[in-house]
Amino acid sequence: MSIPGLDPAGARAVGAELFAAFQAEGAQPVEAAILQPAETLLDLYGEDIRARAYVTTDPLEGEMMLRPDFTVPVVQAHMRDGAEPARYCYLGEVFRKQESPGAMRLSEYLQAGYEVFDRDRPLDADAEVFALFSRLLAPLGLRAATGDIGILRAAVTGLPTSAPRKAALMRHLWRPRRFRALLDRYAGRSAVPPARAALLARLARGEAVQSDAPHIGLRSPAEIAARLKTLAEDAETPPLAGALVDGLEAVTAISAKSPAALTALREAARAMPWIAASVEGFARRLEALSARGIDVEALDYEGSYGRTTLEYYDGFVFGLYAERRPDLPPVATGGRYDALTAVLGQGRSIPAVGGVIRPALVAALQRGA
Amino acid sequence: MGLKIGVPSKGRLMEQCFDWFGARGVVMRRTGNEREYSGAIDGVEGAAMVLLSAGEIPRELAAGRIHLGVTGTDLVRETLADWRAAVLELAEMGFGHADLIIAVPEAWVDVETLDDLDAAAAAFRAAHGFRLRIATKYHRLVRDYLRAHGVADYQLVDSQGATEGTIRNLTAEAVADITSTGATLRANHLKILNAPPVLRSQATLFAARSADWAPVRAAASALMARLGLPDDAGLW
Repeated sequence: MSIPGLDPAGARAVGAELFAAFQAEGAQPVEAAILQPAETLLDLYGEDIRARAYVTTDPLEGEMMLRPDFTVPVVQAHMRDGAEPARYCYLGEVFRKQESPGAMRLSEYLQAGYEVFDRDRPLDADAEVFALFSRLLAPLGLRAATGDIGILRAAVTGLPTSAPRKAALMRHLWRPRRFRALLDRYAGRSAVPPARAALLARLARGEAVQSDAPHIGLRSPAEIAARLKTLAEDAETPPLAGALVDGLEAVTAISAKSPAALTALREAARAMPWIAASVEGFARRLEALSARGIDVEALDYEGSYGRTTLEYYDGFVFGLYAERRPDLPPVATGGRYDALTAVLGQGRSIPAVGGVIRPALVAALQRGA
Repeated sequence: MGLKIGVPSKGRLMEQCFDWFGARGVVMRRTGNEREYSGAIDGVEGAAMVLLSAGEIPRELAAGRIHLGVTGTDLVRETLADWRAAVLELAEMGFGHADLIIAVPEAWVDVETLDDLDAAAAAFRAAHGFRLRIATKYHRLVRDYLRAHGVADYQLVDSQGATEGTIRNLTAEAVADITSTGATLRANHLKILNAPPVLRSQATLFAARSADWAPVRAAASALMARLGLPDDAGLW
């Protein structure tokens, strides 16, 4: 669909300027095919990407997707033949299905992106990307929002509870509703459904729980038995302390300028000492941002920022927004995605951070549209 | 050619649709021989019947090629992105009831709720190296539902028929399908998850927002009067 006020030629011109600016920072331009194998993307992002990406079929290659982003092909290219440290940039269209005709969302738009792969100085790399984007977009007077998924991950990792519970919480960091429901369950705050209580009682008595129905399908009887065992063990797991759950939810609910957020996080770290290292990382990142000219006193921090996007960011996350145009999507977004490189690297990984700018929105805002 | 009403072209759905209109003084009948898809409406001046496959009616409505159409809520919501922007629900007709549900093998004694399905999917993916497969033809509805309920680590595989058989054939681990009595599910050793249905569907009279209503205002008003429906849908 097309949106009035957006001008493709203007977008291309802005995109070329950004692309040149990224190269001036030492980033190496990379190309990526528009048709990407669907399997890799589906495996990484799950069914949600199928709802958002255009899927087509190639007679030889099978299911393909029109490039929904550059991150995956850029990481793959780096893993194949990249030197370290490395900076990459790209400029090209991405394609996303849009379901609401009224929303100011394009199904095909340019992205200009900048990615840093650096093993030795991750916090400074975070600051580098954010400061570069802030400087390039400074004339637009955008509002920045930041977050840190790494702090949430640390908070979950250190919880004094069973490994399966922690794994379940970690899986659902990106689904805040389910995350909260799990926390409530683990704290013993939600009632056990009667059918489940009956099943657990039978398991506790050592009864074999089996169905009269024949077994069908690929999920094996052994897998069912293993989950019954997990359920029985989970029922024996002591509940999480209510104060701890409240503390964790308070961390996700922080919304403040960065210095006040740091104070709140340090306060939270007294009850959850296992987040202290991540919180001090956050403090050092603020110093790195400050050293690169960012006014951190005015920088917004949101404890849950980045939790409802595609689930690959796992550290610093940011977005830049045009406040006078709340109808527009963010002009730029980015973050750290170390874990993604591990998944795509087949055993190898590299700390990575990057972001994208949407040149069409920059052009529209420059014209005062 | 006047006010076009799309109705299902065959089977029980067509008969019940004719009965519903007939009970309200609008007589629908097929014309020509038994295999010919043509029909007529008596009782409302300027109204014409278009016999269509129930599955095509949502698209015909969205395109504005028919003014009114009778089809299942399931088909409208699955077929049309932003269905509210395309059609208006005028009346639920009280037949063609079916629930879109998620079912798993009865042998899965550890899975009763969506919570369980999510946990089983995570373990399945870890054990098999791919996401737990749910066979369905209702991709949009099922995906939206599972997203809203925070279920992860699944994938949808397309099944346009005999969906209940996919599990036995090892092409899926679970199914999402329409059921009215659950008999087919039980016969295939499947059980419905203890969760609200993805959708409760029934035959519904829809109006197309994008149809050209100006020339058919009088017929639309006359039909609404006959059907006992309000005449102020805002379309004509």
